[in-house]
Amino acid sequence: MWDRNQMAARAALELEDGMYVNLGIGIPTLVANYVGDKDITLQSENGMLGMGPFPFEGDEDPDLINAGKQTITELNRTAYFDSAQSFGMIRGGKIAAAILGAMEVNEQGDLANWMIPGKLVKGMGGAMDLVAGVGRVIVVMDHTNKHGDSKLLKECTLPLTGKGVVDMIITNLGVLEVGHKGLHILECAEDVSRDDIRAATQATIV
Amino acid sequence: MKKVYSTAAEALDGLLHDGMHIAAGGFGLCGIPELLIDAIVASGVKDLTVASNNCGVDGFGLGKLLDTRQIRKMQSSYVGENAEFMRQYLSGELELEFNPQGTLAERMRAGGCGIPGFYTKTGVGTVIAEGKDVRNWGGQDYILEEGIFADLSIVKAWKADDTGNLIFRKTARNFNPPAAMCGKVCVAEVEEIVERGSLDPDHIHLPGIYVHRIIQGQHEKRIEQRTTRKREEA
Repeated sequence: MWDRNQMAARAALELEDGMYVNLGIGIPTLVANYVGDKDITLQSENGMLGMGPFPFEGDEDPDLINAGKQTITELNRTAYFDSAQSFGMIRGGKIAAAILGAMEVNEQGDLANWMIPGKLVKGMGGAMDLVAGVGRVIVVMDHTNKHGDSKLLKECTLPLTGKGVVDMIITNLGVLEVGHKGLHILECAEDVSRDDIRAATQATIV
Repeated sequence: MKKVYSTAAEALDGLLHDGMHIAAGGFGLCGIPELLIDAIVASGVKDLTVASNNCGVDGFGLGKLLDTRQIRKMQSSYVGENAEFMRQYLSGELELEFNPQGTLAERMRAGGCGIPGFYTKTGVGTVIAEGKDVRNWGGQDYILEEGIFADLSIVKAWKADDTGNLIFRKTARNFNPPAAMCGKVCVAEVEEIVERGSLDPDHIHLPGIYVHRIIQGQHEKRIEQRTTRKREEA
């Protein structure tokens, strides 16, 4: 099985030199630590291309935050813009990939990651725009929830963030791709077999 | 053409009425019009509809207008950081219209550009699409979203000249330009009003045509999530 950092490292392998990429909150944020020598430009949807690491203590700037409202830094290539232009480049397909967390994904690539009915509703933020607009959507999440139930389903039970939007799913058990008739197993994590993945997955695996 | 006022209350004089629609700039607590929000609290104007990506936090930013029950409806994409917001929403005192973040930004931009509606693929197949017109181009469905035409825009910028030309700083720009554009009247608060001619015309982010009143003031600029790394990691 992979831990959070191994999942992030595996996701980083999907990024190619020259890509503009948007990373979600949680495990996706860790992907930035594993891009190595590749020339990757990170977009933050509150209005920035070329997002740098967290500032040194004492250098925090309240005017410089990421989409998770965390203080960050700029790079020598950074560009700032307003929210309408930011989502213009997202909706316009200029961002090559988004790496996001999820609550549920189904075998058609439907994604649910913004609300649980009956619980506190926080809002979708920019997630619906991202999954509708970017070139590739890569989900990084645990294969099962805390009750041990599969998060890869035949049909999502939660309200959708986007329909038919997910291309690839990286979990603690391996890598799966959304195909025409179901999910394909592309890769298994260390000490995990294809049968282990099938046993932990409710969605159709072809 | 006097645009510069001395206080937020003066700059809002004659512009506020119960039931009005206000568009506010800012993302989280970054780039929010703190001084104008305080003046709106003090005015007591109520039944407001506010278009803003977030609704501040408890006791700061637009959260202050929740504490005083001056907001009737929010148009937002994310309201997670605010317990009082949740209490009022769950008890039915506060109406909430969720907008995907990019749709909200584009609705403001469109309103400011005289565009009453546009089609977007954001939200297709989700609850956001319910009841909205759908059209198909090239095999892809798009849903109709409406431009926002607000009575008043309140925004925060870094620098202005006395004609209202604005420059923003780093990610504090965010929703401020589209919010400024979509109001009948726009009031901007800035950190510094500089001498006319000292801003490079090529570096203006928002031309003064969109800005009707300006004030200069001190901003608290609260940080929502302070994240740092240690020096030795450098």
